[in-house]
Amino acid sequence: MGNRTILFDIHNQMGARIVPFGGWDMPLHYGSQLEEHHAVRRVAGMFDVCHMTVVDLSGDRVRDFLRHLLANDVARLQQPGKALYSCMLNEQGGVIDDLIVYFMSDSWFRMVVNAGTTEKDVAWLNRQAPEFGVTVTPRRDLAMIAVQGPQARNKALPLLPEALREPAAGLKPFFAATADDWFVGRTGYTGEDGFEVVMPEDQAVAFWQALADAGVQPCGLGARDTLRLEAGMNLYGSDMDENVSPLEAGLNWTIAWEPADRAFIGRTAIEAHRDDPANRQFVGLVLSGRGVLRNHQKLFVADQEVGEITSGGFAPTLEKSIALARLAPEVSGQCEVEIRGKRIPARIVRPPFVRNGKALVEL
Amino acid sequence: MSNVPNDLKYAKSHEWVRDEEDGTVFVGITEHAQEMLGDLVFVELPELGATLEAGSECAVVESVKAASDVYSPVSGEVIAINEALADAPETVNQDAFGDGWLFQVKLSAPAELDELLDAEAYTEVMEAEAH
Repeated sequence: MGNRTILFDIHNQMGARIVPFGGWDMPLHYGSQLEEHHAVRRVAGMFDVCHMTVVDLSGDRVRDFLRHLLANDVARLQQPGKALYSCMLNEQGGVIDDLIVYFMSDSWFRMVVNAGTTEKDVAWLNRQAPEFGVTVTPRRDLAMIAVQGPQARNKALPLLPEALREPAAGLKPFFAATADDWFVGRTGYTGEDGFEVVMPEDQAVAFWQALADAGVQPCGLGARDTLRLEAGMNLYGSDMDENVSPLEAGLNWTIAWEPADRAFIGRTAIEAHRDDPANRQFVGLVLSGRGVLRNHQKLFVADQEVGEITSGGFAPTLEKSIALARLAPEVSGQCEVEIRGKRIPARIVRPPFVRNGKALVEL
Repeated sequence: MSNVPNDLKYAKSHEWVRDEEDGTVFVGITEHAQEMLGDLVFVELPELGATLEAGSECAVVESVKAASDVYSPVSGEVIAINEALADAPETVNQDAFGDGWLFQVKLSAPAELDELLDAEAYTEVMEAEAH
């Protein structure tokens, strides 16, 4: 038996099929992964993301600490509530985790890290923090629910504590607001508008139920994965990990090279490869022939192996198979994917595939 | 617990067999199997005329999340495949024991049918897996 979130019982009541996931027993779907996917693209869906960890960082030098810790630069965060996506690198330039960090005040930043990496993340944070006098507090007392879709905010707003409704309604994308122990970020992992809502654990079941009563579809990890793949967002452990440079995982845009004297962890290692023409490209694929793209399938041009799919699957919005892949730098246009011994043609595209319900790639 | 018709035979690997009593059988995957797989998005069937051996991989059903092998419960020649599944793989989810059939085989060893499970024995297999 894995760890269970506070929502485990209500998932079962709502008919979830539970599967083990990174040490947790989590809902895969509640009947149909496809219907859940479409609910998020068309109306609103919600995800139990309590298995991810909220980590609060506090201290007078917390900003300096994060400018040292993260490849993206929190100096960009000037307005309270503003969020930033970043990689946390090791000294060799490998990705320890990808995360979102929210600037709450000059002495408080909030981070949300992946479930499977929480333990090593917290250990790493605790190793780096003392030098800056920063306190690292994993908030295991908090629950988190993501509400996503074109109607997600409308449906969620009236259900928030009164003090938070107005600030939450006024949030711009990638901003957060907080009141007491509730916290709302206009962020997510599906390519749709929505909120990520953090609340005291003992209020999570009632909030989940209220969202369901408001017509928000409970969604499992299955839909979460097809949605994020269509949105072209990286999945930790598949698209990148400690053995892959962010330069080869489509994450160049998250590295703040300026100012040149900001010595973030891993900088020296990746800077040496910054403009290396040998870096593999990180691309999207759309399968032209029939079949389904899956992780680790090999890519070919003529008889030359040129790369590998890092995460692939069926895209319900596009009704096509798509993938993210790492590919030799010289390849463009087309390649072939080996599926069970056969070579099937695929088109190389630039992710994302879908944003705000609309296809962004030619089909 | 899923529906398990009494007039079919079953393999432990979750295929069903319908004996046409003319030396041929239809083969599909069970309702339980499609439930476990979830929404199917692609089905790869054996070639017409292919020779199958009982217990060997002969088709693939892919759900949104994963690909899964289908094993032939019998030996023989593939004399029909369900071509409608190319455009509508979800038929397997909707009607696993009927319109969602996968292929038809002309038996080369009819005695193999006696080795297959009846509905009761297959139900036990399903129940054992659930625990």
